[in-house]
Amino acid sequence: MSTLKYALFTGCTAKQSTPELLSSTLAVAEKLGIEITILEEASCCGASHLQDFDEFLAHVLNARNICYAEKLGMTMITICNTCQLNSAMTKHALDTDPELKARVNEKLAEVGLEYKGTSEVKHFLYCLIDEYGLENIKNQVQVPLSHLNIAPFYGCHNIRPSELHGTSNGNENPYAPTSLDQLIDALEGHPVDYDHKNKCCGFHVELQANHTSEVLAGNAMVDAIDNNADIMVTPCPLCHLKMDTYQDDVGKVIGRDIELPVLHMPQMVALALGCSEKEIGLNFHVRKATHLTA
Amino acid sequence: MSTHTEKTVDDYKAFDTDELDTFQPTRKVTLKTFRFNAETDYLPYYKKYEMEVGKDELVLDLLNRIKWEHDGSFSYRRSCRHGICGACGIKVNGKATLACKQNAMELIKLFGDELLIEPQSKKRAVKDMIIDKKDFWDKHAAVTPYVVRDVPARPEHETQMSPKQEHMFLDADLCIQCGACHYSCPALEANPEYFGPAALTAAYRFSIDPRDEFSNERLKTVGEMGQGVWDCVKCFECTEACPKDINPMEKITKLHNMQFERGVAVSNVATRHAEGFLRGMKKYGYLDEADIVTYSEGYLGMYKHLGAAIKMMRSGKIHWHSGIPFIDSVPKIKNLDEVQKLIQISQTNKL
Repeated sequence: MSTLKYALFTGCTAKQSTPELLSSTLAVAEKLGIEITILEEASCCGASHLQDFDEFLAHVLNARNICYAEKLGMTMITICNTCQLNSAMTKHALDTDPELKARVNEKLAEVGLEYKGTSEVKHFLYCLIDEYGLENIKNQVQVPLSHLNIAPFYGCHNIRPSELHGTSNGNENPYAPTSLDQLIDALEGHPVDYDHKNKCCGFHVELQANHTSEVLAGNAMVDAIDNNADIMVTPCPLCHLKMDTYQDDVGKVIGRDIELPVLHMPQMVALALGCSEKEIGLNFHVRKATHLTA
Repeated sequence: MSTHTEKTVDDYKAFDTDELDTFQPTRKVTLKTFRFNAETDYLPYYKKYEMEVGKDELVLDLLNRIKWEHDGSFSYRRSCRHGICGACGIKVNGKATLACKQNAMELIKLFGDELLIEPQSKKRAVKDMIIDKKDFWDKHAAVTPYVVRDVPARPEHETQMSPKQEHMFLDADLCIQCGACHYSCPALEANPEYFGPAALTAAYRFSIDPRDEFSNERLKTVGEMGQGVWDCVKCFECTEACPKDINPMEKITKLHNMQFERGVAVSNVATRHAEGFLRGMKKYGYLDEADIVTYSEGYLGMYKHLGAAIKMMRSGKIHWHSGIPFIDSVPKIKNLDEVQKLIQISQTNKL
């Protein structure tokens, strides 16, 4: 297999409150021999909130990020579901609406850039599965996760709207997604089957509709716990922030004691590939995971 | 814990999907069907019906066959059989389904040979697939879902609309009020006051209508905290659910933008949260995670987040580059000047 090379759009959280996401992503890439170039020029994707304030401006800024991946001639990979969806929505809008593309490029020209539409936008999870291959990952497992029941939490923006994601998420069925389950299985962990694996964590209304947010996160976590999950794993740092940082508050609203360590998807992979707990940055979690190694 | 069993990727698929493309006249399917009669039953139950399903059969055909071949008391709404009346909305394996439009074999492809047949909302079930949609219609009525305009009793000419104006409807007027999006919305489940995606799509359709003179009032109603657009959780369940491919989430985003375009947005935690992203982006290119919370909530509102902030600080989530937490804690992107320039020349809305 020729070496896979990707341009990494880190997003804001990996550079701020979830540094463990970035370090574990890079650790996984190194272990698997994937070449990563970090797009240090890339800005915030708007996280769906800037889109609410000024949709056109959000398109311009997201197009700019993709421009830098195009310059490298690489697929732009994301490690956050919301970065993925917002970038993909801009890409889709510009690739299908020549008038909008022209309006955006008129702005980008002012800073010497042009959006062409030549780079794919793909979440790292699907690069691992569809491009690196589960069998290849399986062959490199050093510390099988066979002692763990792992609840996959997919996060909305990687699986919906399915029509927009299309082949970039391997045509994942949004009502019965399997990618994370398959990955857990390849690492020899036990995927937990539970109803809320494809539901919303409530992160985006954390500030303005706090009760809704806590209820949604709580429903999912309690469902995972009731189905014997030891840990939860998610490809989205926003789901992670919601479910890790606010776990106690969520528990109070739901009326349950919730104790469930939440791992980022690359942390789980790195662990199975033989990285230490320190290397994957477990110290940055609010709910510490203490039983990860057998 | 159980021992690990070897599985291949194929084990996760319901079955080999290529199989469907080869000629196969029928497939044996089990319909695990929700049954409930609010007048006589204390609790709902599930009953299994087995049948050979043909490749051209619709879900509505399967419902008919339950009723005609197995149990005449099985109840569901149906009328037009053309995907236009919106009566036959149900859920299959959790997926919102308009029974008369949905090919059954496509669902078997997605979910396998056992299909779970349920009403749109189990807690609103009256009899089997039939639910009480009162909350749906109440929400719909609450957004003034019609054109409001003073028209002379004897108008002298038609009200004309340009193709461009008509294009702005973005398919919103194709809504058949089937309830698929409404009963897929998790925000509505958590907050019964929320209007939900169907009512908001209607609100968009009439607020963008050039003939309407009530738009700003309607936009104020749908901008109100606790019930309106700011309570949307952005899960895209509605977009996924819509059998008419209307994409209600797109309309909700338009309504958000219209709050600012029409100047009806009031400064509150939600509007500041949307606009406040630019504060960090202008300074660093990234969102300033600490600033967005203080700016959106206001200093007085910050007390709610103190617990979380302390936990985040303890686990090293808040950086101390300058020696003081929260001050200059955000790294800067390369070529920040480009982002600053683009914001300056592309920003169209203001709070």
